Amino acid sequence: MARKLRILLGKPGLDGHDRGVKVVARALRDAGIEVIYTGLHQTPEMIVSAAIQEDVDAVGLSVLSGAHNYLFTKVMELLAEQGADDIMVFGGGIIPEDDIETLKEQGVGEIFLPGDTTDTIITWINTHITPRGDNQ
Amino acid sequence: MTQKKKGTDPSKEKKRWEEKTLTPILKKSSEQNRSFTTVSDAKIDRLYGPWDLEDFDYMTDLGFPGEYPFTRGVYPSMYRGRLWTMRQFAGFSTASDTNKRYKYLLSQGTTGLSVAFHMPTIMGVCSDDPRSSGEVGKCGVAIDTLRDMEDLFDGIPLEKVTTSMTTNAPAAILLAMYVAVAEKQGVSSDKIGGTIQNDILKEYIAQKSWIFPPRPSLRIITDLLAFAKDKVPRWNTISISGYHIREAGSTAVQELAFTLADGIGYVQAGIDAGISVDDFAPRLSFFFNAHNDFFEEVAKYRAARRMWAKIIKERFKTDNPRSQLLRFHTQTAGCSLTAQQPLNNIIRTTIQAMAAVMGGTQSLHTNSLDETLALPTENSVTVALRTQQIIAEESGIANTIDPLGGSYFVEALTNRMEKEAFDYINKIDDMGGIIAAIERGFPQLEISDAAYHYQKQLDSGEKTLVGVNKYVMDEDLPIETLVIDDEVEQEQKKRLGKVLGERNAEEVANTLGALKHAAENSENLMPRILNAVKAYATLQEMVDTLKGVFGEYRDPGYL
Repeated sequence: MARKLRILLGKPGLDGHDRGVKVVARALRDAGIEVIYTGLHQTPEMIVSAAIQEDVDAVGLSVLSGAHNYLFTKVMELLAEQGADDIMVFGGGIIPEDDIETLKEQGVGEIFLPGDTTDTIITWINTHITPRGDNQ
Repeated sequence: MTQKKKGTDPSKEKKRWEEKTLTPILKKSSEQNRSFTTVSDAKIDRLYGPWDLEDFDYMTDLGFPGEYPFTRGVYPSMYRGRLWTMRQFAGFSTASDTNKRYKYLLSQGTTGLSVAFHMPTIMGVCSDDPRSSGEVGKCGVAIDTLRDMEDLFDGIPLEKVTTSMTTNAPAAILLAMYVAVAEKQGVSSDKIGGTIQNDILKEYIAQKSWIFPPRPSLRIITDLLAFAKDKVPRWNTISISGYHIREAGSTAVQELAFTLADGIGYVQAGIDAGISVDDFAPRLSFFFNAHNDFFEEVAKYRAARRMWAKIIKERFKTDNPRSQLLRFHTQTAGCSLTAQQPLNNIIRTTIQAMAAVMGGTQSLHTNSLDETLALPTENSVTVALRTQQIIAEESGIANTIDPLGGSYFVEALTNRMEKEAFDYINKIDDMGGIIAAIERGFPQLEISDAAYHYQKQLDSGEKTLVGVNKYVMDEDLPIETLVIDDEVEQEQKKRLGKVLGERNAEEVANTLGALKHAAENSENLMPRILNAVKAYATLQEMVDTLKGVFGEYRDPGYL
């Protein structure tokens, strides 16, 4: 039997809006996914190092401060530098349509917006993310 | 004298009505198959009447506007005397860009300014720090030194406008900057008016923009209270904010309860610091959210006024009506808006703004339709402001005071919310007060439970969100959004570099040394902060100096 999905949910940057990420964290747990939540005010470096240490299958980033272009890209760059770009990055927040296009072109798996249901997120995860294989 | 006609007892008549009139109809055609609850999931009855208000006493429960317990309003003439302040929150990019938006808003009839600072300023970090990368000017204006504050208010006479500043952990520093700008304009600090949010307790509970741990944070606040009482007497020194508690997902009752519990925490801290209640309580103001459930929101504001009056009178033992009255600013609920079909947000905002006005707000910010996507454009903020102006000048709502007072439903709901909120406050008292409750994560976990519960109701369709889980359609994004250029960051770093090159380094070092000394001893921090500000010390230099003494707070990450 495949092991459970492990997902790290992170709040990079300085904003403190964690309602969305916490709701998502609880919904994913209820859906049988293993969730690691970083807490607030994390740098991209802290998030990437936690993702690698925890051997997660994906990283979900929540950004509401407008700094998404920088922060998403930075997390992906750092993952690539560590040879861990098979860890899928997805996220959500207050993110304009044009930026969503650009971020997806850069490899972000999906961006969820206010109003998207947790079911939508879970369905997307189950369709697009698979356990990265047993590295133990 | 004619004898009063003796009517039949409505409670008995209600039973008759249910049996004879209602039941036959329900047998033929039942009620809709859904739960009749508020947006906060409080159960609502089919019909309200005098049977819901058996112990109701006009003078004790309502009284008159401008008199204890202030249920019907804090001022005797309310909007017939003066409309609420229309205060649109604004701030983006550099100080000069925001200055232009302020001048535009003033020219369009806004009556007060409100500063949105960018995240680095709110967290006490300067624009040139690596932690600020990508954040500069994005969801507020960048303020690093006094120079930025000078540019922000350039050409705006500070004795004529009032300004609200939304900042908490570094509030003392930003207020000092505002005082210094006023002085440079030749306006003495006793002439300036406005509000600084300065509500750190709700940061730990909900908004999560903290710097120092709770206890030293309260000391900074009481220093500010003592300073403002003498030097800035027209300033509202704390805007005790339920807004963010609600945005974090609380119910209306939780918003009411935790906000007033924070208020109790500040009053107690002020008293413990040796300031008399009547010296600072009149300058405390409140800030509430206006969500979609119209009547629940109106009841919340009315209950808040009555509860605060009772708390100040009974718990803090003062009969000074200026200390008892709860004045409040309202912002329509950002969290209620949807990215889907964004034009619908204008309607949501209108309903919410009407609730705020019927609830007796002193000041109102209406959100713009595009705020789930970005900061508002000039067009969208104009529609939001016009919403207020139409309510004020066309709808007739502002013609009379507390128009819903006496409604069986509204009074019953007001009573119920008061009771449930006092239950929470009692529970917090039993834990040893609000700081102890925060330290064990009580309000945080209550709110996150409520947020999750609400999301599940939306996901299952038990609660409707138009355009999101009902009446959904495929759409192309029909609106333009404001884009903050990434060049702003480079520009702001250059401006900061210029200030750093021009200032007197020795003077900066001396003023920071004096600030550290004041922090280590129990000397009031405000005069020291003011000196450092005037020497163009950066916000981050001052914050780091204080961090060295007070330490830093880290997210416990409650799930």
